[in-house]
Amino acid sequence: MSDGAVLVDLEGVSVRAGAVRILDDVSLTVRAGEAVGIFGSNGAGKTTLLRLIATLQPPQGGRCSVFGADMYSVARYDVRHRIGYVGHTPGLYPELTLLENLAFVADAQGLPTSEALRSLELVGLGGAADRRADHSSHGMQRRTEFARILMTGPELLLLDEPHSALDADAINLVDTLVHRTVDRGGAAVLVSHDRDRMNTLTTRTHEIKNGTLL
Amino acid sequence: MRTDAPSFLAQVMTIVRRDLLRERRSGEVLWVTLPFGAIALLLVPLAIGTDAPTLQRIGPGMFWVIVMLFGVLIAIRQTNAGTQAQRDMVALTGLDPAAIFVGSTTASFMLLLVFETILGIVTIVLYDITPTGWVALPTVLVLAAAGLALLSTLAASIVSTGRSATALVPLLVAPLSVPLLLGATQAWEALRLGRSSLPWVLLMAIVGLLLAVVGVLSARPLQETA
Repeated sequence: MSDGAVLVDLEGVSVRAGAVRILDDVSLTVRAGEAVGIFGSNGAGKTTLLRLIATLQPPQGGRCSVFGADMYSVARYDVRHRIGYVGHTPGLYPELTLLENLAFVADAQGLPTSEALRSLELVGLGGAADRRADHSSHGMQRRTEFARILMTGPELLLLDEPHSALDADAINLVDTLVHRTVDRGGAAVLVSHDRDRMNTLTTRTHEIKNGTLL
Repeated sequence: MRTDAPSFLAQVMTIVRRDLLRERRSGEVLWVTLPFGAIALLLVPLAIGTDAPTLQRIGPGMFWVIVMLFGVLIAIRQTNAGTQAQRDMVALTGLDPAAIFVGSTTASFMLLLVFETILGIVTIVLYDITPTGWVALPTVLVLAAAGLALLSTLAASIVSTGRSATALVPLLVAPLSVPLLLGATQAWEALRLGRSSLPWVLLMAIVGLLLAVVGVLSARPLQETA
């Protein structure tokens, strides 16, 4: 990915849920090499914006593309494996072990299963690889999600409240993931209600208020 | 980082492995539901007594009704199987939604086939049935399991996001499984009476084929609305 290439391009995008406008006329461009922070209070539309960029939330108005793929076309499916998204709720299967959860993603993406264990070791969970997800703490589940990001190496990293409920080591891990993605020519978008932390980690920040990006 | 996308078959196998592994851990389908199915089959002879001709006549019907209820339970399990976060994670792996549908159906099919086989043996023993049609009967069992697995997976995909998913699934699966049940019971009856079961087998095959086509074609739009 060449430095400065446009990875995310939103123009006048809106998302509604019934009569409620969750995102209103949002415009945002994210280029390769950037780490963009979005901060705002609860219910401001941060998560919806992040899911929209992840191609998981369909837009209902405006122009919207990710990696050049129009979000209204089927082309958006073809770029999904280039996106790494960590929401505030871990997307792990509770009955499976941490290693099995990662091995499933490795399988799905055609990566060697050995990468799953290696990634868990990198986030300090090598010794807990065989522990079931529902027997692991929230912090361990979050680390497993970060291990998934390390394993798949996405070009566009999207993190929703990435620092919440984490210890100091895991917070450093988040920062490393962001720097690593950006240094490799990708981009990161982080949403949080913690403006100070956003300022130290990102190249620019925006505030979102009542669904409008300021 | 991924270089080449896995083949369709490899994607299907990824989903099959995931679903069977989850089932092995939870034991929700086989180890919880199977004993209930066996007990339900046992209760009928206890209730109506050991009148062999009556038991032989109603045995196959009882068997298929319980198999259908099991199909509904599998569908309910599938609707409860995915949280929004899990669905997001799966969508971003880039797996083909059609492969996800085929994989989930295959896993359900395998579980249903095990269920049918074990309950079939229980039915033969308890209801004193002499099985006939050693070629046709397995075909009927396979088609019924495939049809119910397809129907369950499709119904689960349709209602998986609704708040009333658990209530809606039986309402969708029960009426739509009527042609399958009809085909299965009539095919077994035809075998028992020494008549051709081919028309009923064909009915089940056509229903299964239709469900497969609808399931594969609607997999992507359904994933998007989930």
